[in-house]
Amino acid sequence: MDFLRPASWEEALAAKAEYPTAVPIAGGTDIMVEINFDHRRPEYLLDLNRIELLREWEVGEEVTKLGASVPYTQIMENLRGTLPGLALASHTVASPQIRNRGGVGGNLGCASPAGDSHPALLAAGAEVEVESVRGSRLIPIDEFYTGVKRNALAADELIKTIHIKNATGPQQYSKVGTRNAMVIAVCGFGLALHPETRTVRTGIASAAPTPIRAKAAEEFLNAALEEGGFWDNGKVITPSIAKQFGDLASGACNPIDDVRGTAKYRRHAVGILARRQLVWTWEQYRGTNGRSFEGAA
Amino acid sequence: MRVNFTVNGRPQEADDVWEGESLLYVLRERLGLPGSKNACEQGECGSCTVRLDGVPVCSCLVAAGQVEGRDVVTVEGLADFAKQRAEHGHGGACGTAGGCGSKGVSTDEAKQWSAKGTDSQTGEGVELSTVQQAFIDAGAVQCGFCTPGLLVQADALLERNADPSDQDIREALSGNLCRCTGYEKILDAVRLAAARQGEAV
Repeated sequence: MDFLRPASWEEALAAKAEYPTAVPIAGGTDIMVEINFDHRRPEYLLDLNRIELLREWEVGEEVTKLGASVPYTQIMENLRGTLPGLALASHTVASPQIRNRGGVGGNLGCASPAGDSHPALLAAGAEVEVESVRGSRLIPIDEFYTGVKRNALAADELIKTIHIKNATGPQQYSKVGTRNAMVIAVCGFGLALHPETRTVRTGIASAAPTPIRAKAAEEFLNAALEEGGFWDNGKVITPSIAKQFGDLASGACNPIDDVRGTAKYRRHAVGILARRQLVWTWEQYRGTNGRSFEGAA
Repeated sequence: MRVNFTVNGRPQEADDVWEGESLLYVLRERLGLPGSKNACEQGECGSCTVRLDGVPVCSCLVAAGQVEGRDVVTVEGLADFAKQRAEHGHGGACGTAGGCGSKGVSTDEAKQWSAKGTDSQTGEGVELSTVQQAFIDAGAVQCGFCTPGLLVQADALLERNADPSDQDIREALSGNLCRCTGYEKILDAVRLAAARQGEAV
């Protein structure tokens, strides 16, 4: 094994081009587990800790540019206002020690269907800026996940920045697990209301081979909200709409049975999470609820 | 490979480090600092918690090569770290100021050395920090395996939040597993440490 320690982003890209099998390591919260347990012996480790720009973020007018290695703790503490869904999701990641090291770039790089940030990114709307010595490109989040633990990165590319749409409405994220800390999601769900476009977006984790959106549920809800004039009249969501939304979210799942839960349970739980989050976010949108606009992270 | 970094205020050099080695392994097996415990090796239990540039992390998940040039505080240096913080009003590595451990020592002086004195490296002879004393007084230690990680994490909590609620304490310690105590005494210890720190101010 070789340990590559680029001092700059340019050096990192050059190293990745020269050694395409090199495994990037930032927080190390996934890769070190695999190495400690001898599950993986990468030929090269590419340390990204010395690259300052990966730990920076910039809140713009419409989009927040989040460096790939910004730790979850920083997201929770500093970006609750603009990225409430991601801040909530960050707060559910493992433990304080892990949140001090891990970041969204690692979640995307590993592309585990259970990653906590995926539903939040899918629901908010995001693009992943990746770069290689050949140049950089923006991958829409919907096209980023290509299979179980597979993503759209080329062998010589590194994840640089995640461009996430700033919230213009309430967002939620919740997951099912056996305790509040240190759990890999049995399943997770994220919902974002986008009042400026009068649309909603969703994200599902750990209930399909990749993180996915519940598109049929989104389309149904968009139409139902429009038809009933809900965005304008701010009425309470009817139970039948909430139920149908939950059922359709459930139907979007394509889960498996595994040690954490059965497929049937996951499908059911995603439906419940979706229904509850719709009520929470809508109540927040109506302004009748005590919940602040920011995530409660 | 060789890794140079600061541990408990003292510059250290670890040689023949394997590229996939963890910081925890380097601390325990190469630097003779077994305070940080090796239990789960997957970031689940928190018993290897150390401060890396001031930030509490699981040392089993930090690759040794990543600590090059950086500053680590382990449970062995916790009392000294807490003392420095109290004196200078900040948590800081004593090494950065060239204070402890980095002075030149003549051979004659070295001959006079005995292990009985205080040692920022091993923690021997150093007066315990508030959190450490509170763990003893509250009976928060049973088998003791989780204790070093809890001490480092609890100290970091009180540094950030001098008056934590029970919820704050529970959340701060949520990544530290204890299989003996049922956590009640540990919560007592953190409350006790917070109260004593409050009195001291």
